[in-house]
Amino acid sequence: MPEKHLSTQFDSELTSVSSQVMELGGLVESQIRQAIYALQHFSMEVAHEVSANEARVNAMEIEIDRDLSSIISRRQPTARDLRLLIAISKTTANLERVGDEAEKIARMVRSIIEGGTPRALPSMELRYAADLASGLLNKALDAFARLDVNAALSILKEDDLIDKEFDGFVRKLITYMMEDPRTISASLDLLFLAKAIERIGDHAKNIAEFIIYVVKGEDVRHTSIDRIESVIK
Amino acid sequence: MLKTDTGPTSTKIAVKKLNFYYGKFHALKNINLEIPAGKVTAFIGPSGCGKSTLLRVFNRMFELYPEQRAEGQILLDGDDLLTSKEDVALLRAKVGMVFQKPTPFPMSIFDNIAFGVKLFEDLNATDMEERVEWALRKSALWGEVKDKLNQNGSSLSGGQQQRLCIARGIAIKPEVLLLDEPCSALDPISTAKVEELIVELKTDYTVVIVTHNMQQAARCSDYTAYMYLGDLIEFGATEQMFFKPTRKETEDYITGRFG
Repeated sequence: MPEKHLSTQFDSELTSVSSQVMELGGLVESQIRQAIYALQHFSMEVAHEVSANEARVNAMEIEIDRDLSSIISRRQPTARDLRLLIAISKTTANLERVGDEAEKIARMVRSIIEGGTPRALPSMELRYAADLASGLLNKALDAFARLDVNAALSILKEDDLIDKEFDGFVRKLITYMMEDPRTISASLDLLFLAKAIERIGDHAKNIAEFIIYVVKGEDVRHTSIDRIESVIK
Repeated sequence: MLKTDTGPTSTKIAVKKLNFYYGKFHALKNINLEIPAGKVTAFIGPSGCGKSTLLRVFNRMFELYPEQRAEGQILLDGDDLLTSKEDVALLRAKVGMVFQKPTPFPMSIFDNIAFGVKLFEDLNATDMEERVEWALRKSALWGEVKDKLNQNGSSLSGGQQQRLCIARGIAIKPEVLLLDEPCSALDPISTAKVEELIVELKTDYTVVIVTHNMQQAARCSDYTAYMYLGDLIEFGATEQMFFKPTRKETEDYITGRFG
């Protein structure tokens, strides 16, 4: 928000809730990184850590929602302020789900380790996709902090890359499973992992859409890139 | 979902190139505005922006003061009321007004309402009783006063007095009802009742309300006009004005960034 309200208290409430979202975003990003690290190094310890941190993510979501309700009930925000608070609420929900996906990845890493993994499976591509997804989330949070609609637009375009990566990965897994049926169980775990990563990209995309909603007052969910580009202009 | 009522309508009052002066002070600057019939239109803006002035032009209330003058046109159903030869009392019977502070006459509740009716209509006792009851019911006051119609109007609470004034305004069956900060002296419950009433009144009347309370405009109007320093900055559907106003000045004001 570039300009200040007459009520400095209102400004500091908005600033505070915005920085809580950023903090949640930071925590969730680190959860993804840790989960990927656990996958990469087959680290039981790190996977456990991710699961333990999940409670913090959930607690932060609840705290942000409580602060949002308080601001809405006492300030009756309108226009851009209202859109910002709605977007924060939805962004928080999306971040919490990303946290769930990170926890899901950690859980599956544990299951793969416990099952005695064939290390020949293509987890390299998965890491690439995971880097893409966490990078995209990072960009989405950065764009949200600056309310940058152009950055939001490029995030929407980039999410397509992750989706393509996912499709390619699925095809590759099928090949592995056909070659050696003993890899089926582990391949399925990897498939779920890939799906979790793909979902993270979708959440980043949702956050990017909320940025456009705040700044332009247009709901661009479920619309084409062409239409979104015309809204931003 | 809660939606403002912006369905098809005709124009009740068309303001064209209106300029207004208090002596040398240019209070309204080239206002162009169309107030839709059968809807609630709210004027908002900071003190001194001209919203009450504009309201007072609609029934030529300003003519009570010789140094005030209006230039331009105000078409009520197509006829310019500023140049009309019609008796100003008849105009005010068509365009009624309720003020900020309740102004009951020092007479009984019944006579408060019958007084205005007698000026314009010759009703027999039964018809008058019916009219008074109708106006009191319409303004959601009947249940509270039906057993004490002979009591003095000023014995009522502030909120009741304001609804009595609205009853008095509608008893002569105006076409337009102007409300100048009707709730600023009322507690939240009375305010809620008056707001409820405003929404009901629009089925029969065109309502124009001036309010300092933006939430009130958001709650009970269909269209909102934002004025600042004598200019009409933005006019549009209330939902649009409070969700995504077109002008930055409007946004700054309604979000409390005005300073």
